[in-house]
Amino acid sequence: MSEQVIFTFDVDGDDFTSAGQASSQVKRNLRQLGIAPDIIKRVSIAMYEGEINMVIHAGGGTANVAVTEEYIEIVLSDQGPGIKDITQAMQEGFSTAPDDVRSLGFGAGMGLPNMKRYTDYMDIQSQVDVGTTITMRVNLPS
Amino acid sequence: MKISTMKELLDAEVACCEENLDRHVYSACGSDMMSDVLAFVKDQAVLLTGLVNSQVIRTAEMMDMVCIVLVRSKLPTPEMIELAQESGIVILTTKTRMYDACGILYSNGLVGNKVKE
Ligand SMILES: Nc1ncnc2c1ncn2[C@@H]1O[C@H](COP(=O)(O)OP(=O)(O)OP(=O)(O)O)[C@@H](O)[C@H]1O
Ligand SMILES: [Mg+2]
Repeated sequence: MSEQVIFTFDVDGDDFTSAGQASSQVKRNLRQLGIAPDIIKRVSIAMYEGEINMVIHAGGGTANVAVTEEYIEIVLSDQGPGIKDITQAMQEGFSTAPDDVRSLGFGAGMGLPNMKRYTDYMDIQSQVDVGTTITMRVNLPS
Repeated sequence: MKISTMKELLDAEVACCEENLDRHVYSACGSDMMSDVLAFVKDQAVLLTGLVNSQVIRTAEMMDMVCIVLVRSKLPTPEMIELAQESGIVILTTKTRMYDACGILYSNGLVGNKVKE
């Protein structure tokens, strides 16, 4: 675990159109670092799902991405409403998204389970009325 | 199948990245739910959709897709074109409806799950 490269982003919660900007930038940065395309794709999809969640459920937040020798770590933090029941939120199909979100193409309740599927490690810390922090890691081949 | 062949089969217009029409694609998917595309699609290179907002392009970008087909005469927003250009994603627009567009491409050999490259 010697060198670390760290990227930090603010994710704007008021602008659905610009959502995904942080994930897009990370994708470009990882390409520049020469990370394998299949790893980049897993990181991009997982982070994008998390970024969209921060925009539609939590009014925005921050994203931190660290690249170490062993893994790529994505930490998404927000001061949104929090998740009451994490086990329930992790179930495929569970969503509290309102209809207007669904008409934008999201809100199927697939994001969190998809983030788990595409990463090697995922931890959710959440407190109602305080916020949510999600940590995900994708291992790099040694 | 070349993207230019898709364009002919669907009688489509090119909204951006015309320079990439020579690219080959081997499989496609169709959906208006980006949640489902992110969760269920694997290596499909083409997305057919009737949804129009910038997250359609973002979704395709994250999934390394190379072409988006907007069905039912939908037109891309300026933001969509800008984002697609950044990633070299071709946007085709067609009057054809979703079911027909998928059927036309499928029956001409563009399958749902990639078989070989
Ligand atoms: N950052 C967050 N803050 C507060 N609640 C959240 C957050 N992320 C997820 N949730 C809650 O967990 C539920 C499930 O999230 P998940 O990403 O799986 O589905 P979704 O966002 O509703 O739909 P999809 O991801 O398929 O578009 C959400 O509907 C929401 O209630
Ligand atoms: Mg989600």
